[in-house]
Amino acid sequence: MGKTIAEKIFAAHLRDTPTPENVILDIDVVMCHEITTPIAITDLEARGMDRVFDTTKIKAVIDHVTPAKDSKTATQGKIIRDWARRHKIADFFDIGANGVCHALFPEKGFIRPGYTVIMGDSHTCTHGAFGAFAAGVGTTDLEVGILKGVCSFRTPETMRITISGGLQDGVSAKDVILFIIKELTVNGATDKVMEFVGPVVESMSMEARMTLCNMAIEAGATCGICLPDRVTAKYLWPFIKDQYESIDVAVQDFAQWHSDPDAEYVKEMTLDVSKLVPQVTFGYKPDEVKSVTEMDGTPVDQVYIGSCTNGRIEDLRSAARILKGKKIAANVRGILSPATPKVYAQALEEGLIAIFMEAGFCVTNPTCGACLGMSNGVLAEGEICASTTNRNFNGRMGKGGIVHLMSPLTAAATAVQGHITDPRNLL
Amino acid sequence: MKEFGGNALFLDRNDINTDEIIPAKYLTENTKMALQSFILEDLKLGGFDPRKDIEGKGVIITRANFGCGSSREHAVWVFEVNDINVVIAESFARIFRQNMYNCGMLAIELPKKDIETLFGLGEAVKIGVDLAGCTITAQGSKKVVIPFKLNEFDKKLVEAGGWLAYADKNY
Repeated sequence: MGKTIAEKIFAAHLRDTPTPENVILDIDVVMCHEITTPIAITDLEARGMDRVFDTTKIKAVIDHVTPAKDSKTATQGKIIRDWARRHKIADFFDIGANGVCHALFPEKGFIRPGYTVIMGDSHTCTHGAFGAFAAGVGTTDLEVGILKGVCSFRTPETMRITISGGLQDGVSAKDVILFIIKELTVNGATDKVMEFVGPVVESMSMEARMTLCNMAIEAGATCGICLPDRVTAKYLWPFIKDQYESIDVAVQDFAQWHSDPDAEYVKEMTLDVSKLVPQVTFGYKPDEVKSVTEMDGTPVDQVYIGSCTNGRIEDLRSAARILKGKKIAANVRGILSPATPKVYAQALEEGLIAIFMEAGFCVTNPTCGACLGMSNGVLAEGEICASTTNRNFNGRMGKGGIVHLMSPLTAAATAVQGHITDPRNLL
Repeated sequence: MKEFGGNALFLDRNDINTDEIIPAKYLTENTKMALQSFILEDLKLGGFDPRKDIEGKGVIITRANFGCGSSREHAVWVFEVNDINVVIAESFARIFRQNMYNCGMLAIELPKKDIETLFGLGEAVKIGVDLAGCTITAQGSKKVVIPFKLNEFDKKLVEAGGWLAYADKNY
């Protein structure tokens, strides 16, 4: 019987099989941020086990609240900063070099096809875009990852999602994944890997694939995963050029991870996206999704463009396409958080930041901040936000606030009109 | 090993997420105990008052997909520091379930019909858990005994007092 990509990665990293249902894997990259790591660090210290399994395999960043907003967040930053220095973790990113973890770490070339990746953050599934098995974990899993370089998982089952057709102008990866979550529901993929294949995925950039995989967790999935190909190899080329003679050779090598033709899937879903229209959430669950036309006219108070879902350069470009030469509505506050310093610098160079600012957006430094109601754009009771983020849970962006998830294009169109708007009307 | 059992708190809703269990704004706390009073603060459930309803409870009984969303282990710790070491649900989100066992706590999955039985026992229900025999005893308007399945590895984690202790010994 053939293997899926996830099964191949599991087989290549198998440390132990404590029961037929459970496996212990060796982990290639353990990623840490300042919200879920400090308690792991202080616990290890208290146990007299303040060690790390491999300083080169640990990556750390301060991204959720940066710069610190108060004494408590300053302390969290200090704990992870002191720890990174103490253990000489070279890949630690602090103010001036920091950005949203799931945008920053791929940009640095840390994620490679066939890798196993964990982080104390549920959107770690983003990195499956590179053909890696990447899973969000809790602080104890992270702690064991830091100490031992292993993590436990149940034997993976994979759901294959084949996406065909062609996306209309104004429709993006965000709309595709929102539609898939609506179809699967918030626990439709629990304990499963979502493998995204088909011509639409093959033609997507790495940025779009990351958006797709980022929200796999919103259907309950352990990981979203794409098959690594030429697009992957080109993105990674600056980091792998010493390792491979040519991009062709890298592409060939990456193919070892591709699922076998006779691999078994627990579920198959096929989707023709030719007629898909922009999607928007309502309510308090990411599977509560309607077409933009059904949501058209819903008033908003704030528009937020950023996050690990949609804060990358392509996202800024597509929003700027709509915003160019326009002003946002008087009733709306616009906030842009480029996800990383590189995205910010590139957006400056391309004139995108000027477009956002002339339209009336506030541009913040790279941070997760507003997405989870921590800082830089928290909602007041009863306020409504059109957001390119990933969760519309009750209270997510501020107690009593309401979040509508959408693509950067739809968010930009909404900012201009002051209410939820179909971006196709403004292109 | 922790003690399992106590008075039941019924949360009659599917898809209760970890933002509702412990809002992100409290994730800046650097001790588990500091989370104690914020338990279930943003839970969207008619008539639920976390300050009153948590009092004296040791077990949560709920519906499908409990603990979905964020990976925050704070959602497990906030139960632990309120002496709630067992959650019984129709199903769990993967990370929450793993976090429970990693902390040596129990996330017990029961078929829908058994969850219905528990919800049908009235408001005052006391739950006993027999880990060796894998049964739950619920004493409410009547007494029922319900068997449950426990993954062997999860059981080892509970017996070891959590994943860190188990991993340190074995890897």
